[in-house]
Amino acid sequence: KKNVSSGFWPNFTHIILIRIWPAVAVGNVGQLAVDLVVSTLNMSRVGYFHTDCLIPMAGNNPYASCKDDTEELHTPAEVYTAAELKLAVLQIRAPILQTRSKRFRQQLVSWIKASGFSRTVVLSSSHAYQRDDQQLTPLRYLITPSLLTTSADALKELSWREMERMPAFPGVKDADAEPRLCIPGGGITKGLYTDSCAEDLPLAVLLLFCSEGDNIPDAFALVNHLNDWLHLLDGQVTLKYHFSCESAEFKRDMQVFKLYLYIFIYFFPDFSYQSQEPNRKWKVPSSWSLLFGSGIPPALF
Amino acid sequence: MATFFGEVLSVYSRAVEEEDEEELDENEEDEQIRRELEEKRAVHLHWSPDVTELLRSGNKLQCSSFILAVGHNAASFLSAYVLASANWDAAGRALAWNERSRSGAGRSGEESACVFYRHKDEPSVLICNVTCHIAEDQLFEWTEKVFDCLQSRELAVTVLSDRSVADYKTPDYLCSSSAPFLRSLHSSAFADRPVCPSLEQPNIITGLPAAVLNHCQVHRIAAVVYQCYSDVAGPDSVTVESYKPVLNKLGRSIQVNSPPSTDVLRKFLRSAEIQSNLYI
Repeated sequence: KKNVSSGFWPNFTHIILIRIWPAVAVGNVGQLAVDLVVSTLNMSRVGYFHTDCLIPMAGNNPYASCKDDTEELHTPAEVYTAAELKLAVLQIRAPILQTRSKRFRQQLVSWIKASGFSRTVVLSSSHAYQRDDQQLTPLRYLITPSLLTTSADALKELSWREMERMPAFPGVKDADAEPRLCIPGGGITKGLYTDSCAEDLPLAVLLLFCSEGDNIPDAFALVNHLNDWLHLLDGQVTLKYHFSCESAEFKRDMQVFKLYLYIFIYFFPDFSYQSQEPNRKWKVPSSWSLLFGSGIPPALF
Repeated sequence: MATFFGEVLSVYSRAVEEEDEEELDENEEDEQIRRELEEKRAVHLHWSPDVTELLRSGNKLQCSSFILAVGHNAASFLSAYVLASANWDAAGRALAWNERSRSGAGRSGEESACVFYRHKDEPSVLICNVTCHIAEDQLFEWTEKVFDCLQSRELAVTVLSDRSVADYKTPDYLCSSSAPFLRSLHSSAFADRPVCPSLEQPNIITGLPAAVLNHCQVHRIAAVVYQCYSDVAGPDSVTVESYKPVLNKLGRSIQVNSPPSTDVLRKFLRSAEIQSNLYI
């Protein structure tokens, strides 16, 4: 392919790679989850996916951890690897041009085929407002027949839920139309899945129902879900914090804290504080700052 | 998206709604319309006769320094400081039709929008002023076509670009006195020191500067983008001035007029005045 140049792609043919990439979809959850994987595992960039199907953008290093590595140009789609984990990741940072989404899909599928990955995992999302009553839990998966043969046991163990097929005409009984797969707001996800089924590629899609907004909690949910399957973080050391809770001061502080907590719950009854513990394992990249815009004028206060 | 306080903001969603569109069977007419539209949106380069001759014989433009100005302020900076001396020839122009092209103006209107200039005595310096809108789907093609004509060995690319300060994110509050200011972004092959601070995360650049920088990064060409964040929407002489630090770097390869041509600046600023008929 003329446009797909993988400039620095090293000779990885002897390694079987698992690939993850985000399909650009509602809330960019897949993109954020991949950001977490790349920054936590300290993956190194090995190539660019240089194509005319993505809207150009450029920026400095999104995973900068110190001053020395900030000035490093990053492009709309890049490939990262962690050789010891046999893991390659394609991060897509820019929207796909609508008229070229089909071509982009074809480029991706032919690249996966040429690279010979043993498994491919697509992280994606779908509009939360278009799901039906049986879909109230947020996470779903899809798997191609060729991957199902090898991963059926693992999936059974995880007891995940497969994405439901929707009736073509809801409410109409005895309709001949077969139930069909529907991923509203999922971008190229559905097309990729059907293409991979047709091409017999071992591919799985992990999906999350969400809405546009602050999608950082969604990204954590999706990446933790992925970790349950692939155990990306098993080799990592997790920090745990211990503190003494015996002193009188601490007990008094806890009383005050509880009081504030009750007041808070009174005013925000809908607030659900999900366990943050699994999220601590992931390293949030520096580029996630200023999600809600620049600083506010000090004259306000 | 609803914020914490309940206002509903219309945010840009990357979710593509093409879900069912693809499944529809396209008939021949649809396909033909689509093809024609694509042909119409193609980017065309028109070079001067001597350059055309050179390219036809299979050679590329020997170019050591390519300077690209994107936006009105950047383009008039080059016009006033560099191009005002008589030593520059128009070497060609690029045409890119899209939804923002003025239909009435026709060719003559587009001609002035994206022009290449070459120095008479030192033809290895190429300047391009882009003041027209190039659509998202044309950026890649524009870049490929232009760089296809240039010799990429020992090529140094400098891009000047306008941007609104509203697009700049910073943890500190930006007071109005700080704009306009410059930020730089460069490819890995660029070994020099930029004249201004590097663009901080999470800021990004988009549009033609990003397309050029992506191309240079992938093809290992030394390139630097100087982005000027300005608080004035239209043509503004203060913003034009803010590109001045770049001159020191440019000065090595080209001659710089100092002071700038006031005629060019006056013409440029007047173009903004006649736009408004609010207080006739």
